[in-house]
Amino acid sequence: MSAAASPTRMKVASSPHIAVRENVAHIMLWVVAALAPATLWGVWNMGMVAVVLLASCIGSSVGTEWVWNRIVRRSQTLWDGSALVTGLLLALVLPPRTPWWMGVAGGIIAIGLAKMLFGGLGWNLFNPALVGRAVLSVSWMGVLADVRPFPGGWHSVIDVPATGSLDAINGATRLAIATADRAAGGGYGIDLAAYYQPLLLRNLEGSFGEVSGLLLILGGGLLIAKRIIDWRIPAGYIATVGVLSWVFGSDPVFSILAGGVLLGAFFMATDYVTSPMTRAGRLVFGCGCGFFNVVVRLFGPMPEATTFAILFMNGLVPLIDRGFAPRTFGWVKRRG
Amino acid sequence: MPTRAFNGGVHPADRKDATSAHPITRAPVPEVLRVPLSQHLGAPCSPLVAKGDRVVRGQVTGDVEAMVSAPVHAPVDGEVTDVGPVVLASGARVVAVSITPDEVQEFDRFEPVERSESVPETVRAAGIVGLGGATFPTSVKLQPPKDMPVGTVILNGCECEPYLTCDHRTMLERPGRVIRGAELIAKAVGATRVVIAVEDNKEDAAVALRAEAGPGIEVLVLPTRYPQGAEKQLIWAVIGGEVPHGKLPAATGALVHNVTTAAAVADAVDEGRPLMERVVTVTGNVRNPGNYLTLLGTPVEALIEAAGGMSGEYGRVVAGGPMTGMALADLSVPVVKGMGGIVVLDSGDTAPAVHGDQPCIRCARCSDACPMMLEPYAIGIYANRSDWDGANRFHALDCIECGCCSFVCPTRRPLVQLIRRAKQVLLEKGASL
Repeated sequence: MSAAASPTRMKVASSPHIAVRENVAHIMLWVVAALAPATLWGVWNMGMVAVVLLASCIGSSVGTEWVWNRIVRRSQTLWDGSALVTGLLLALVLPPRTPWWMGVAGGIIAIGLAKMLFGGLGWNLFNPALVGRAVLSVSWMGVLADVRPFPGGWHSVIDVPATGSLDAINGATRLAIATADRAAGGGYGIDLAAYYQPLLLRNLEGSFGEVSGLLLILGGGLLIAKRIIDWRIPAGYIATVGVLSWVFGSDPVFSILAGGVLLGAFFMATDYVTSPMTRAGRLVFGCGCGFFNVVVRLFGPMPEATTFAILFMNGLVPLIDRGFAPRTFGWVKRRG
Repeated sequence: MPTRAFNGGVHPADRKDATSAHPITRAPVPEVLRVPLSQHLGAPCSPLVAKGDRVVRGQVTGDVEAMVSAPVHAPVDGEVTDVGPVVLASGARVVAVSITPDEVQEFDRFEPVERSESVPETVRAAGIVGLGGATFPTSVKLQPPKDMPVGTVILNGCECEPYLTCDHRTMLERPGRVIRGAELIAKAVGATRVVIAVEDNKEDAAVALRAEAGPGIEVLVLPTRYPQGAEKQLIWAVIGGEVPHGKLPAATGALVHNVTTAAAVADAVDEGRPLMERVVTVTGNVRNPGNYLTLLGTPVEALIEAAGGMSGEYGRVVAGGPMTGMALADLSVPVVKGMGGIVVLDSGDTAPAVHGDQPCIRCARCSDACPMMLEPYAIGIYANRSDWDGANRFHALDCIECGCCSFVCPTRRPLVQLIRRAKQVLLEKGASL
């Protein structure tokens, strides 16, 4: 008998004895990879301010988690990468003019208030990055509403297609103009179709992560293809925004491309912790996000409704999980 | 023919290439065999031989007057050197008959079982149990309740566990016996339809079976997906019936037997051959992986030696497949009727041990993968808090313990392990199944 078979050296555990290699850090790295093109394109176009914003949001998010774990004497959880993703997402939903100290405050709120206070990864009810943005936007409304394009950037060495310029109009985004225009009941004063291309390729008005809708779609598509996110959430979200905008007389394509819809649908609403656990529930959740996004955008006081639509639906997730529990194989009725 | 896909499932690397092309060869006779008297679900047998007795191959060494049981036979000519306790792969302690084999063995000669007109009686006498691993006495399944007529007999040749190829080789090398067994089973239960289900990673087995299959026997190729060979999922795939909660599979009108079990039934009825040996896939980190026809009672360590011994690093030595098998604490345990494989898992392939309570990140991979459409994460959370009522509300008792949830969990939560615990407690508390 070989020495290797000595009983004292046997390793025992209950089945299954094999498992996927994928862990939380791998998943988070794929999310970072999916966001990288949009992020880098944002940095390229906005320059140093974007770097400062990224550094402040990510640094404070990761730092807050580290400090929290130290204070409550839990083992460090930074290597799961979730704080990094929260910091990155927070930076991407803030406008580039956001001062660095506000990014730091957002990170502390996102991780400290919305995540660690609830028990850390897996226990938070609301999307941490969106809680960060929500608190900042109600605290410094003027700052976050200032989405004028940031002059500068590092793109001058190549020829970038020019955007339709509305820069002169008081810093309002096209989305804000379109909304105000509709509210005035006068139809569109501007031709929204002309903005499809800049919104897809290079749009400097809005949050830092919204420079290119195309890159967000590609990143989201990567996550769907890798089966990291479920297509039902972005599909339900985007389809609902399109259909509902059309019903209310808006341009559906413009409504999808403008504002935070793409970033929200692919990267925010799909956050595992704060989205439903069943396939049917995820479709309902996505549609609900789209519904509130359009309703708040068209009838609420703020043009940018993604944050609040998703946060509201986050709060409904426990109900959705119960209401759309699957029917156990062999049972006639659903659980619940 | 259209088949129905069960919910979820997983695609582990199947690693069957290492042994699927190796014909079945006979493993050497070990120095001593320890043949347990309980190798099945149901009443353990009482010994019918004593220390010092001579036994011949095929002689009954243990039996019991009970409906749900199966007798045990001597696999070799030899001398009983002990009747005493032995520890099984599961950790259970049962009585075993230790036999020191004679120098010379004639494997073609054995004491045949008494054959009666009744197939179930012959099958019972031959000690046949579900060889796919469940080890439920086959004779009992051949006598379904009168109020549950069986229309379809399904032979399970899916072998969806990674690494294992013993059923695959049996279908390839003994297709005629498998078909004959199918016919006998169908006749015994009065079924009008016979379907042999094979996963599409074993097309050659399907070809071999089709060549032998007479009219009225369908060979159905199903997509390869674990756990396609689980009884409830297989019935769903073949006839579209859901085994109702708490009911026998026969309630759907279908009866599932493993292909190797069917071959054993054919051998028992036609030759009077009792179950004395079985094919075991020995694979993973061994020098000569292969399919070994192994005498029941052979120590696992002797079988591993027969396969050239272990090579390199190993994580766990698993009896059965890696998804549902048992990690061995002791390699002296005997090979038993339900043991289809010995897998010496490479440490790099072994699921990491779980330390502490990892958080659930609500990724829903477990729910998406669950072939019973349960929500393993929720049952796991309740079980972790010893909230057994909560676990019951989420139908813990419907879990088939396939292990898909633990397999996919990115935070390595011991989900199926927690659910097993919940089931155990709930059954002890007498919860209604």
